[in-house]
Amino acid sequence: MEAVNLTTSPLSNEKAERIGVYVCRCGLNIAQTVDCGEVARMASALENVVVSKDIGYACSEPGQHEIVDDISENSLDRIVIASCSPRLHEPTFRQMLQRAGLNPYLLEMANLREQCSWVHMNEPDAATKKAFDLVKMSVSRVRLLWPLTPERLPLIKRTMVIGGGVAGIQAALDLADNDYEVALVEKSPSIGGIMATLDKTFPTMDCSI
Amino acid sequence: MTDVGRHPKITLHTMSEISDVKGYVGNFKVKILKRARYVEEKECTACGDCVKVCPVIRPDEFNMGLSSRRAIFSPFPQAVPSAYAININECLGHNPSVCAKCVEACDKKCINFHMSDEEIVEEVGTIIVATGLTPYDPTELDEYGYTRFQNVLTSLEFERLVNAGGPSKGKLIRPTDRKPPKSVGFIQCVGSRSLGKGKEYCSNTCCMNTIKSTLVLKEHFPDMEIKVFYIDIRAFGKGFEDLYMRSKRLGVQFIRGLPGNVEETAEKSMRVAVENTATGKLEFHDLDMLVLAIGMEPAKGTRKLQEMLGLQLTPDGFFLEAHPKLQPVDAATRGVFYAGCAESPKDIKESVTQASAAAARAIRLMHKGEILTEPITSEIDVNLCKSCGKCAEVCPYNAISVNKKEKIPAVVNTAACAGCGTCAAECAFDAIIMNHYTDDQITHQANSMLEEEPESKILVFACNWCSYAGADYAGVSRLQYPSNVRLIRTMCSGRIDEKFIWQAFKKRAPVVLVSGCHIGDCHYINANHWTEKRIAKVHKKMEKLGIRPDRLQLKWISAAEGILFSEFMKRMEELRKGVSVEEIDATVAILEKPEKEKK
Repeated sequence: MEAVNLTTSPLSNEKAERIGVYVCRCGLNIAQTVDCGEVARMASALENVVVSKDIGYACSEPGQHEIVDDISENSLDRIVIASCSPRLHEPTFRQMLQRAGLNPYLLEMANLREQCSWVHMNEPDAATKKAFDLVKMSVSRVRLLWPLTPERLPLIKRTMVIGGGVAGIQAALDLADNDYEVALVEKSPSIGGIMATLDKTFPTMDCSI
Repeated sequence: MTDVGRHPKITLHTMSEISDVKGYVGNFKVKILKRARYVEEKECTACGDCVKVCPVIRPDEFNMGLSSRRAIFSPFPQAVPSAYAININECLGHNPSVCAKCVEACDKKCINFHMSDEEIVEEVGTIIVATGLTPYDPTELDEYGYTRFQNVLTSLEFERLVNAGGPSKGKLIRPTDRKPPKSVGFIQCVGSRSLGKGKEYCSNTCCMNTIKSTLVLKEHFPDMEIKVFYIDIRAFGKGFEDLYMRSKRLGVQFIRGLPGNVEETAEKSMRVAVENTATGKLEFHDLDMLVLAIGMEPAKGTRKLQEMLGLQLTPDGFFLEAHPKLQPVDAATRGVFYAGCAESPKDIKESVTQASAAAARAIRLMHKGEILTEPITSEIDVNLCKSCGKCAEVCPYNAISVNKKEKIPAVVNTAACAGCGTCAAECAFDAIIMNHYTDDQITHQANSMLEEEPESKILVFACNWCSYAGADYAGVSRLQYPSNVRLIRTMCSGRIDEKFIWQAFKKRAPVVLVSGCHIGDCHYINANHWTEKRIAKVHKKMEKLGIRPDRLQLKWISAAEGILFSEFMKRMEELRKGVSVEEIDATVAILEKPEKEKK
């Protein structure tokens, strides 16, 4: 097990951070409730924010392209994406940072869709105010983030399939036919599950076994 | 099925259940309890000589109890493995003076009563959960008379009756008189789509299964009278509508309305009382046999497996996927995937599709032969560490070692560290740095939120896996809640250091919520136990200091509990309204007093 450059020291503080903020409209998903342009305008006044703009779909190819271009043109070193939940697109934007030559962990997302525009649909002013707060919180966090590097670990090329019904059987066979070792665990004395008890099956009307 | 038995790459463990799971993606250690079969699996040729001499007769589970089997048995003719098995609880015993007739009958000498249960450890990189379903037991629906009337059957019993390999060799007969029925009725949504007994969700397959059964019947008995009682017919899949139309064309009557009552006539037929909602009239239908289209429930061991693997469940009790649209076969736990009805009720085609998808997702993860770990792990500042050992005590993964006697600072095994941050929250000397969720990173986020109008805002700490996901779910469901709520995400509620809370109150936060996975559901084994303890400690301190403890709330909210999340935000707003500026002033004054004066 070999650790690959586990860098954890803070970046040197000599140089001021150069932060890019992108407020995603997500079509109208965010923009119909939150005034994205206004949020971007307010965010541009925050300390260390070099670029701040609203953007149609941050996750789209042109959206990412624009951000990557900005990173190189403005020497941005940290990015705040104010869009959907990080649970959805954090991997997307981390990859984008990597492509732009930045450490993927210098990204912070503000959740303006699932946790703002969609849950305060009838309060556009309050939602805009909240959106700015969320962006501001993200900017103060992104300023303090450090580059991190994942560790490479060996992996066992073997899968356990729990349950020997039709799903378990199919998964086991697909894996095994691709040359992966499979351990198939079934609690009863035979595989087959409920499927095996069925007579004919729809839509083909043939037998199950 | 036989392909599985023959495949050189597949090791099949039957009569086996998972008893423990350790490790993480790429390197899971799974303990399996394999119950003894008492028949040598490789030697047995399934000749059946043993069965002929076995004196114990029991209901045959495979035929839903419609036929019998012996204590030594093969579950069904095509079983894989084909070896027989002994149900040791039914067997009279191997003492020759008692029985042991099978041992004498077996020429190959493959019956071995000295076998015992085994514990097997499998090391695997990925896990596919395909634990299936439990059929709904309609006994509780008294109005349909299942178990009271012999000619009321479940759809699975019906399957066995029309199966050529079944107890009646495929001849459809009534259990009471063993004569072929002239009329058969099907009742839909038994245990599904019900606000009373049974489940609220649609079981997805029963409509088409019934239509299939009507076609099977019409093929053999074109003149048979067949009636289907339904709410809606859900024939949404490819080719399904076609089958539904064919069934109608063949004369099957679809009657819209679920029966209110079923009675037995003198001829042991079923008299079904139903309000036909198409005509608004109460109708009575006499049918020789009645089949209940039973729904699906989560498999029995779901809860146990969920706890062992740190997975989440939907309110229905099925496994929750990482994302309903974009990651429908991934579990939130990396390296774990779902296939089949374990995730939700589905038919064979969908199960097969999902299983292939799960296999592809597993291969995608494994094919490089190595795995990149999340670098979100903790680190020790050796200059600050006092070797007290608290971090090692709280780590759910035993990833930290400390030599307390010789005062050697703690060391984190980053491969074993999963990144919950409980150690950093518990360290009294600030000697632990939690990467990507450092004290500074979190407090600055909270401070900037509380910079303006702090009295009007609600600070929520939410764990990534459950509560933050629950908030997202509220969003996806468009559940509206007060707009002054602000979430700060950490990987686990165990990360929430008590100083984050004090700092927030100092910065004039009226209320603070710490939320995480339910106890038992923690993504980091049991890290949220420490959250619970810590919050209890803070509550006591608040009381002592004269700060109203209910201004700090702890709430477990799962990824599926969007409604609970939004409701609880409303409750937080109620609490916030009850905190006056004067009260906040007083709190700040208390907290800013130097340490010794507080006492």
